[in-house]
Amino acid sequence: MRKIGKGLYIALIMFFLYLPIGFLIVLSFNEGRSMAAWTGFSFHWFEEMFESRMIMDALYNTFTIALGASLAATAIGVLACIGLQAMGYKSRQSLLTLNNIPMLNADIVTGISLMLTFVAFGISLNYETIMFSHICFCIPYVILSVLPKFKEIGDNTFEAALDLGATKTKAFIKVILPEIMPGILSGFLLAFTMSVDDFVITHFTRGAGINTLSTLIYSQVKVGVRPTLYALSTVIFVVILIVLVLTNIISSKREKRRLEL
Amino acid sequence: MAKELIRLDNLTKSFGDNTVLKGLSLSVHENEFITLLGPSGCGKTTTLRIIGGFEKPDEGRVFFEGKDITDLEPNHRHINTVFQKYALFPHMNVEQNIAFGLKVSKKSDEYIKEKINYALKLVNLEGYEKRNINSLSGGQQQRIAMARAIVNEPKVLLLDEPLGALDLKLRQEMEYELIRLKNELGITFIYVTHDQEEALTMSDKVVVMNEGVIQQMGTPEEIYNEPQNAFVADFIGDSNIIDGFMIHDKLVNICGVDFPCVDSGFGENKAVDVVIRPEDVELGKPGKGQLDGEVIHNVFIGVHYEMEVMAGDYEWLVQSTTSHPVGEKVSIKVKADNIQIMHKPQSKDEEALDLDV
Amino acid sequence: MYKHRGFALPFIIMIIIGTLVPLCSIVFYGFTDDTGNFTIENFLAMFSEEHIKALIFSVLLALISTFICLILAYPLGLILRKSKLGKSGFVIFIFVLPMWMNFLLRTMAWQVILERNGLLDHFCQFLNIPFVEIINTPFAVVLGMVYDFLPFMILPIYNVLKSMDEGLIEASYDLGAGKFTTLRKVILPLSVPGIISGITMVFVPSLTTFVISNMLGGGKINLIGNIIEQEFTVSANWNLGSGLSFVMMILIVVSMVIFTKLDEDGEVNLL
Repeated sequence: MRKIGKGLYIALIMFFLYLPIGFLIVLSFNEGRSMAAWTGFSFHWFEEMFESRMIMDALYNTFTIALGASLAATAIGVLACIGLQAMGYKSRQSLLTLNNIPMLNADIVTGISLMLTFVAFGISLNYETIMFSHICFCIPYVILSVLPKFKEIGDNTFEAALDLGATKTKAFIKVILPEIMPGILSGFLLAFTMSVDDFVITHFTRGAGINTLSTLIYSQVKVGVRPTLYALSTVIFVVILIVLVLTNIISSKREKRRLEL
Repeated sequence: MAKELIRLDNLTKSFGDNTVLKGLSLSVHENEFITLLGPSGCGKTTTLRIIGGFEKPDEGRVFFEGKDITDLEPNHRHINTVFQKYALFPHMNVEQNIAFGLKVSKKSDEYIKEKINYALKLVNLEGYEKRNINSLSGGQQQRIAMARAIVNEPKVLLLDEPLGALDLKLRQEMEYELIRLKNELGITFIYVTHDQEEALTMSDKVVVMNEGVIQQMGTPEEIYNEPQNAFVADFIGDSNIIDGFMIHDKLVNICGVDFPCVDSGFGENKAVDVVIRPEDVELGKPGKGQLDGEVIHNVFIGVHYEMEVMAGDYEWLVQSTTSHPVGEKVSIKVKADNIQIMHKPQSKDEEALDLDV
Repeated sequence: MYKHRGFALPFIIMIIIGTLVPLCSIVFYGFTDDTGNFTIENFLAMFSEEHIKALIFSVLLALISTFICLILAYPLGLILRKSKLGKSGFVIFIFVLPMWMNFLLRTMAWQVILERNGLLDHFCQFLNIPFVEIINTPFAVVLGMVYDFLPFMILPIYNVLKSMDEGLIEASYDLGAGKFTTLRKVILPLSVPGIISGITMVFVPSLTTFVISNMLGGGKINLIGNIIEQEFTVSANWNLGSGLSFVMMILIVVSMVIFTKLDEDGEVNLL
């Protein structure tokens, strides 16, 4: 009996989480604009979505910014971790505290502060300012993912490589990098996700004319141009589903290979 | 004879395809220090966990003071456990850990305070009440885990390889501590280990297990001096296990030579396993003993010399405080009552462990 | 030996221009007026009647949402801890998936459901009851907050419960404690770090949101986030907006400190 209760609870929560999304997906195939009356199956909202200049531009911006920002943040973050390892406890702790600020601060504060800075220095708000802001808030996520991995590196593996004749660079690539790679990948992924999903910071740092997915949706929802957005939701959901399934398969294959070794 | 406290009746337990216990039956009496001894996977820990209530057997029953407790939850049994990794609550200090069980049974504050004092004194950690668990060494944590269990005055204390994480000296100290505790408290101890030294040092009774089956049960002396099959002989202490032929009662033929012995009932002209402990092999000048041979190996390990003698086509393991150099010709002599006859293994679990080195 | 402090230089530069300078900008704008003279008007503005009301209201809604997320997520974590489902990566998958969906789309979805002519409306018509007006009420905003932030409460709680030492729970049973007592005395105290994590990740975004109140509250629900945002977009009173943001920031820091103090001494006293 208890087991049924537990299963029911899990199912309820899952239902709660997926009902709205599911609803949007269903509506995206609806012929009409109505939010509840089904008038027939159609793909035409999808067509309209792909034909919409606005949506496609926003998609393009979202992903290029996310890619650029997460790559830059990953590079800066990994270098930072290497540098942090070389520091004394006090300096490291103070830098890490500073690092946490963008994460702990409400994004409205971060967004506003960045905008004010740009304006104060006479920089006009555009694509680059969005990119810069995204790099800023992505770096902490990278550092938080990569730093713990450094603790897991064997104590003397780097020295062992040098002892066996490798140069510093080679030793780094062959010994250190593979150990921290899982952290780098998860940090990159996390940064990418945070960037794609960001609204508030982009909202403040974009200026007029540039839209990412989030800001576009925000402006469109008010105006009332809905059904293409349902189609967008479906597309995004499917993409995320595929990505998550793939990463799960890849990581479980990795686990299997590890166990077999 | 002491009262029977716990009875295990035909316990069978499997995990997936792995049958860990095969019809195990055992009786534990009041005030006994009984040890379940065996290699990893033999089922000793599973047996302990079934007694404690953390596993339910697939078949068989568990009786405590005559009552069937097989389905009783662990928190309702008058049994306490000292876990292998101590399982001390990290968010509580020493006295809160020890007081846990007493608080649950709603004892008064004065009673609890008294008991904590008594327990800490018993394990020689007076004054440690407010200490943080993480600040304690392994040995100290182990003693606090003991204190936490015994303070509830259980009738039976279960100990799951508690000395495994301690270094040698500390372990030996703790072995004596445990014996002292058992005598002072008058509790029944059920102890699980793979270390034969612990088992032989502390126990009143040793139960040797392999592959879910009891191989032999007896006092430490019985187990050591009179192993009943190749597994027990090999697992406990070092042994020479030699193929032999029982000519008739009290006479066995090993390596082509007749050796008088003291065992009977093994039939006539039957193949048997002969167990001779290395310390019971006497070396002398060639011709002066029962069998001649040559020393092929000699290592000094402190307590004695560990030697191997090739005689009669068998590599005899010999331990002696007298050294015989490699190459020396010697004779072997064994007293009749130092020869132990065993039946050949009837099943795989009775065979000596084969280690892939 | 590959470690060299110099590698952290780009990072330090980014901290300076990306975090420290912007923070100074807020302070600067917050404490000046539009002519550039020093003033604490903007700082004090938070304590005016209109703003205080909005602030208290926002704190209230954020606390309610956080609380609801907590009581939904914790039992879920407990159930998943023991189930086979919970042991596989399936949980992460199922509960993380909504988190990856765009936050605005998810909020929009509730708008679609709750509005006139939406799913709820049709459902009410089906049952022949008058339209249940949830949209544009605080209830809708709380619903939106819980919906958007629930996964952020589930994950840290699930993580801390999943990695809890089973031996401690067995030890608790062994010493006579039943399921509920074990939960109260062992599991709950040891899961506090996860709870704090979850609370932080829900309370702060809930407190400062303006999107959820805009989309699900119509123009009627004015949270402090809305007020601040409007100072920058509609009123163009950046000084006021900065002053209010500054107070917000202090508030958040204070509440974080309170939450982490709870971790240290609150829990043990609660028993």
